[in-house]
Amino acid sequence: MRLVISLFTGLVFGFGLILSHMVNPAVVRGFLDFAGQWNPSLGFVLGGAVLMSIIAWRVRDRRFEPVFGGDFPAPAPQIIDKKLISGSIMFGIGWGLVGLCPGPAIVGLGFGFTNIWIFVAAMFIGMGAFQFYNRS
Amino acid sequence: MVEFLPALIGGILIGGSAGAYMLFNGRIMGVSGIVGALISLTTPGDWKERIFFVIGMLLAPAIYGLFTTLPSVEITSNIAIIVIGGLLVGFGSRLGSGCTSGHGVCGLGRFSKRSFVAVFTFMIAAILTVFIQNHIFG
Repeated sequence: MRLVISLFTGLVFGFGLILSHMVNPAVVRGFLDFAGQWNPSLGFVLGGAVLMSIIAWRVRDRRFEPVFGGDFPAPAPQIIDKKLISGSIMFGIGWGLVGLCPGPAIVGLGFGFTNIWIFVAAMFIGMGAFQFYNRS
Repeated sequence: MVEFLPALIGGILIGGSAGAYMLFNGRIMGVSGIVGALISLTTPGDWKERIFFVIGMLLAPAIYGLFTTLPSVEITSNIAIIVIGGLLVGFGSRLGSGCTSGHGVCGLGRFSKRSFVAVFTFMIAAILTVFIQNHIFG
């Protein structure tokens, strides 16, 4: 059942990214361009998504364990360190440069654009480089 | 200009799937974490769930396309920018322990202070990057 939930949530997540045009880098960059022709639609995407997430975390407070067993995620850590800030700055620059973040990039693979495959390949190399950096 | 209703419904699907992943499987639906652990040197215990989640994401365009037309995808940056952007997104999301889905959707939903700081930081970095690209070099 856990695998069915994983497959199904991955699918619905993908539908959400497609329906909301998050998969289109031009729309994402339009949202980030406050000084240009600002396209506010992604604010509604974030709003709808966070609203559902807030509801889910409220439901979580009333349950002892997930429906299919195991444990709920540990309480969110509170440490704000250099890694969090510098990682987020790097992520933000990359996101702004191209208009793709990991979710839409992976869903975008199914659209068949070579450029998205190149982006995802570079993203994997970046993640691999982090593993290497984090080990030493 | 994208209409607001599909954007809102899309957001509800995104947040709903994040909520379901957490309530049913007890996991945070953060794409950089799910994918990042798959390419790490140590195999995570729940690798099958992660793979199935990614398969669901990969199937989404094909299944969506059976019912209605897929929206356009315009990726206009040149190859050098795409590669630099991909490297930064990959490394940065792992170093900062999350991306738009993990910090943005899951973290803000649980009112995590860390995620508020992360989202604020990457939004500012992204907005400044687009500003410099479009209005200084553009």
